[in-house]
Amino acid sequence: MIHLKVNGSAHTFEGDPEMPLLWYLRDMLGLTGTKFGCGMALCGTCTVLENGKAIRSCSNPMSKMEGVSITTIEGISERGPHPVQKAWAEMNVPQCGYCQPGQIMQAVSLLSEKHHPTDADIDEGMAGNICRCGTYQRIRAAIKEAAKETA
Amino acid sequence: MITREKTAEAAIAMEYVRVENVSRRGFLQGLLSASAFVLCVTQSPLLAKAARNGTPTSAVIPTVEGSTFHPGVYLGIQSDGTVIIVAHRTEMGNGVRTSLPRIVADELDADWSRVKVIQGDGDEKYGSQDTDGSHSVREFFEPLREAGATARLMLIRAAAQQWGVPESQCVADPVHVVSDKSSNRKLGYGELAALAAKLPIPKKEDLHFKSPQEWRYIGKPAPGYDVTDVCAGKPLFGMDVRVDGMLYAAIAHPPVLGGKVKSVDDASTLKVKGVKKTIPIDPFTPPHAFQPLGGVAVIADNTWSAFKGREQLKVQWDNGPNAAYTSADYKKQLQETARKPGKAVYTAGDPDAEFAKGGKIIEAEYFAPHLAHASMEPPVATADVRGDKVTVWSPTQNPVGVREEVAKALGLKKEDVTCHVTFLGGGFGRKSKPDYAVEAAVLSKKTGKPVKVVWSREDDIRFDYFHSVAAMYLKAAVDANGKPTAWLQRSVFPPIGSTFDKTAVYSGAGEMSLGWNVIPFDVTNFRSENGPAEAHVRIGWLRSVANIYHAFAVQSFANELAVSANRDPYDYLLMLLGEGRKIEAQQSPDTNAKYPYDTARLRNVAQLAADRANWGKKKGGNGWGMGIAVHRSFLTYVATVVEVEVDGSGAVKIPNVYTAVDAGIVANPDMVRSQFEGAAVFGTSAARGEITATNGVIDQSNFHDYPMARMNDAPMHVDVQIVQSLAPPAGVGEPGVPPFVPALCNAIYAATGKRIRELPITRNGFS
Repeated sequence: MIHLKVNGSAHTFEGDPEMPLLWYLRDMLGLTGTKFGCGMALCGTCTVLENGKAIRSCSNPMSKMEGVSITTIEGISERGPHPVQKAWAEMNVPQCGYCQPGQIMQAVSLLSEKHHPTDADIDEGMAGNICRCGTYQRIRAAIKEAAKETA
Repeated sequence: MITREKTAEAAIAMEYVRVENVSRRGFLQGLLSASAFVLCVTQSPLLAKAARNGTPTSAVIPTVEGSTFHPGVYLGIQSDGTVIIVAHRTEMGNGVRTSLPRIVADELDADWSRVKVIQGDGDEKYGSQDTDGSHSVREFFEPLREAGATARLMLIRAAAQQWGVPESQCVADPVHVVSDKSSNRKLGYGELAALAAKLPIPKKEDLHFKSPQEWRYIGKPAPGYDVTDVCAGKPLFGMDVRVDGMLYAAIAHPPVLGGKVKSVDDASTLKVKGVKKTIPIDPFTPPHAFQPLGGVAVIADNTWSAFKGREQLKVQWDNGPNAAYTSADYKKQLQETARKPGKAVYTAGDPDAEFAKGGKIIEAEYFAPHLAHASMEPPVATADVRGDKVTVWSPTQNPVGVREEVAKALGLKKEDVTCHVTFLGGGFGRKSKPDYAVEAAVLSKKTGKPVKVVWSREDDIRFDYFHSVAAMYLKAAVDANGKPTAWLQRSVFPPIGSTFDKTAVYSGAGEMSLGWNVIPFDVTNFRSENGPAEAHVRIGWLRSVANIYHAFAVQSFANELAVSANRDPYDYLLMLLGEGRKIEAQQSPDTNAKYPYDTARLRNVAQLAADRANWGKKKGGNGWGMGIAVHRSFLTYVATVVEVEVDGSGAVKIPNVYTAVDAGIVANPDMVRSQFEGAAVFGTSAARGEITATNGVIDQSNFHDYPMARMNDAPMHVDVQIVQSLAPPAGVGEPGVPPFVPALCNAIYAATGKRIRELPITRNGFS
């Protein structure tokens, strides 16, 4: 039996230990804000925070989740929009919006490490997250905007 | 209306049809049938939310027909003053859930903060819901204004009646209220709704339309209606639909198009925890059109188990004749065909006589590979078959197509199938084809349970309806100044028509209209041709379709002619465009009347983009350069300048892109800007990507071998200038893509002296 916390609540899991965290969140807990994009940690659409750091939930099996604390997109906005979400809305970043929960979680993780990221930091931090609609320019602007508030 | 099945020509020549069918008739039918509105049946609150794109936090989903006053299919007004507006077309990043309702709200003089947008189900009463061809605003601008103006007039008449004053004394002012000009009396829209509902629908000639100076929303930038919810992960995409008692399916599709199952060993699959059973799906009957590919479905109680069970499946396939298809050999065939005379599509003057005169002749061949859509949300659909009634929840660009195809597959009537449209995690044309929704319906029928079919990324890349591979040949005779006196262009590609007619090898008029039958250049003697090509994979339309390879060839060739004439490419381009004039555009008469092909508008955007880019201030070379291209598609004029920095290893950086757009009236300039920012990124991926096949099997499968532009290799900054115009609205979702790739390749030439005639750029030593 695997014990973990998701958005602050304690959960136990007894299913297939190979099941990626992504499908546990989506199919078992109904937390569908975290998206499926590639299944191979290539696109970042499934990004969540593990103990505050971005991970790809599609490629991390439940067997590795014992004792961890997971935060999903649903968990960062429980008490109103997060500064990163506010900046995203301010810049009107999303087009289709499917990759944006993953982008936002990645940006939250980046900003927790680099309070004032340079363009190079943003390139490095965000290059794992694909947006097929091509909102990168606005994502970059939104991260800089959020940095002002989170700093 | 033309149905999809008839021909690809029909499918793609919608550009014509839609412009002509801006149908007062269809709109009025909608108006008149408003009271006979059919409620969609949903089985649980969660489904109702999914159906209407409501968020999990919204308790009750309102409807137009449930409103106190609903003078048509697109809007209703509740007694509390809430205005419900239907987004009847698909939201996939194109912004239609914002732009279309704001057109209604503008003519209604509604307070946008009191508007609630709901998603329309698949239903003919709305008019076309095929969200492709960049025509949502273009086709519905007038009908939606009419809807708003109709409701406003009825509210004014209701107020006049209530006050017993002449109608002329009442105005919808300042917003969401009717005021009596002779007194200070005001009545809110909510207060007037019940009375307005009793009034007859006014005649169109009685309506008053606002002048552009009076517009409060049209042409003004606005954030996306759903932006806050999207940033919170709340909207229900097709991938997020969950239905009580639902099963999950992953399907092993035949690896080669037209393949069939020879034998299946599912012993290991059935041992996977969570797997319930396997079910064969019949192969299609040619032509494949929108039918499922066939194969074997693994049914499980969660997505992961279905995927894992499919990995354990041992299937022997009968691959059929397409197993002979290898793209490297096929490429040579296409190129050879392109060197031979083809079918003339359009001729002006006598190019052969001009070529026969001798003089300087310039020729070039271009090649562009297959591309995949790769929307971030792979194809997915959920269906629930109950007896002879079916409910489908699908991310689809074509909800009526979903109903038609599901009905056909199950032997039902279209009226028996309800299609709820979810949010789409990207579409780009892939989600116009409802094959995956049919799979869900077939499996729901066989299991007796609701079934959600989930495609993996590998399924998405390998079993796409691919953007066509194309070989093109161009030839020009030029005078002493380097100006062409004759121009021949020939394009060869497996046509979209092959999806609907297995014998189709020539392009339909639709693809020829996408940047090929005519060019905007001042060349007296011209001929465009098309040569035959057989398809061995499913061919479909991808964002801007044949414009991508056609603009690549024409705009690269224009650059080659400039270089040959030793002229600046931008100056040369202006010379080629010549004096501003209306050209014979090979459009339907109605389209020509409303949207004449005016090269002055193309010149104008070229000048705007070049000026913003400071074109000509810095000499290209030593790894730095700029390239320019112009293209008109979906009735919109676009010029793009791309700036590149290329290092010694061939790595291409794109610090700046300057795009100028003339799309006529634009509903929401900020959304237009984002469409063109995104088009530059989409174009970057198009320049770097290729889909190839070996023995009929697609070689690529996921983002490691079919890479997408990322934050660190996409254009750093895209500048978008929108021409202020009162010309009729044209398209904005697609037209940004076509000029990008040739502008990029022309920039790489300026920076390095290396000409790219074959895409992707990675085949030329660049990355």
